[in-house]
Amino acid sequence: MMWLDTLVQGMLLGGLYALFAAGLSLVFGIMRLVNLAHGDLIVFAAYLVLTGVTLLGLSPWVAALIAMPVMFALGWLLQAAVLNRVLGKDILPPLLVTFGLSVAVQNGLLEAFSADSRRIPAGALEGASLDLGLVTVGVMPLMTFASAILAIMALNGLFYHTALGRAFRATSDDAVTAGLMGIEPKRVFAIATGIAMVVVTLAALYLGMRANFDPSIGPARLIYAFEAVIIGGLGSLWGTLAGGIIIGVAQTAGAAVNPEWQILAGHIAFLVVMLLKPRGLFPRAVD
Amino acid sequence: MLLETRALTANYGQFRALFGVDITVAAGECVAIIGANGAGKSTLMRSITGVIRNEAAMVLHRGEPIGALSSAEIMKRGIAMVPEGRRLFASLSVEENLLIGGQARKAPGPWSLEAVYDLFPILRERRKNPGTALSGGQQQMVAIGRALMSNPELLLCDEISLGLAPVVIRDIYAALPKVREGGAAIVLVEQDIGKALAVADRVYCMMEGRVTLVAKAAEVTREEIHSAYFGVAA
Repeated sequence: MMWLDTLVQGMLLGGLYALFAAGLSLVFGIMRLVNLAHGDLIVFAAYLVLTGVTLLGLSPWVAALIAMPVMFALGWLLQAAVLNRVLGKDILPPLLVTFGLSVAVQNGLLEAFSADSRRIPAGALEGASLDLGLVTVGVMPLMTFASAILAIMALNGLFYHTALGRAFRATSDDAVTAGLMGIEPKRVFAIATGIAMVVVTLAALYLGMRANFDPSIGPARLIYAFEAVIIGGLGSLWGTLAGGIIIGVAQTAGAAVNPEWQILAGHIAFLVVMLLKPRGLFPRAVD
Repeated sequence: MLLETRALTANYGQFRALFGVDITVAAGECVAIIGANGAGKSTLMRSITGVIRNEAAMVLHRGEPIGALSSAEIMKRGIAMVPEGRRLFASLSVEENLLIGGQARKAPGPWSLEAVYDLFPILRERRKNPGTALSGGQQQMVAIGRALMSNPELLLCDEISLGLAPVVIRDIYAALPKVREGGAAIVLVEQDIGKALAVADRVYCMMEGRVTLVAKAAEVTREEIHSAYFGVAA
């Protein structure tokens, strides 16, 4: 039953990657913006939660709850003050700006927290597991996966069943005509980035509780997130979850064969999907 | 005056598209703007609605300068637009396209989802369909309904008959008197002169970015229109 264990552990790992990717997918789906600093913002949020835990003595969950509105505000500000100025027909300016932001965040974190690896203490949950008969699963990976599903359900609900979601989709379709409907596209973009940062905080919470992190690991998280978004199909949130699961399962299967193959197997799975379905499994965006 | 443009100019880069256009629209009035392709009619609409920004005093709404406001701010003042080519939102259903028209401006008035469905009953049947899956005429109905959902005091219609079959145009135009009954003024940009004159109180003719004729629709002669439209006497 080793294959079943590999499959289940891979799926649960995919939940973490889906959390990494959901914010990226949301932002891309609405404003066609690829945020190269996404991974570094996850790490930034992880340090924010860690600060709440170590300095204020809060539990990680409470620290994350406090960090979420802070990250929303930072995301809103980032979009309103910086990214909205460079969004346009040319995709290069936002790429360059977010690349610069990535470098700035990494170096800022290095200055503030040093290069030492850190971890958000989660107490007894760290080693807790559930025996499901055929397989045994960790409570933390299970919670991560459940959180990913809940986050994507919430984002989908927001996207398809609220007035704000309607404004998101309309602005994504045609920002000029959305303006004629009384919608301010730049304000919509700022709210979207704010929401993406809330999801980033959730991803950061689990990243920090499950593994060590340091200021330099953001770009690798960005690549996993990218791969999950692209495998799923640009702009599709459920596709992003599927993409995360595919990478997670491939990595776990690779590690089961040879621990050195873990990361490589994920990238190979990505390349295979791109060969077979270049637009991803469930593409929503048409441009 | 509900809407006024004063010496309105507009440019696309180095190219000037409007040269000092003056128009007025009174409350409840229906004004037609006619002219050939490239006359500047759509540019005028884009300038009034803030898609093209101008100097503030070039466009006045109830005497207040709005020329420098954004499209969204202008729409919230009660100026709604049916854009050329309908421009429905592809990822929204018919009903969502209508709802988004009234989302940003909650003004009292005769128009609601039900009132729009009563105006265009076919839309009630198609309300769950993607907006862009409808026929051209039905899409135009959605575009008009979407603009009405904000209960505007001024409705700008840019080429609402363009590309539609005559029988469909007749149905669309049949709705305009009901829109006026609801209290909204209408600015109708049209290439179909006969249709425009049949419903308008006054007509402006444009050519090469300038107003070449202002007249009452009931009194204007064929010769005057020909001269203003083509720049040569009939």
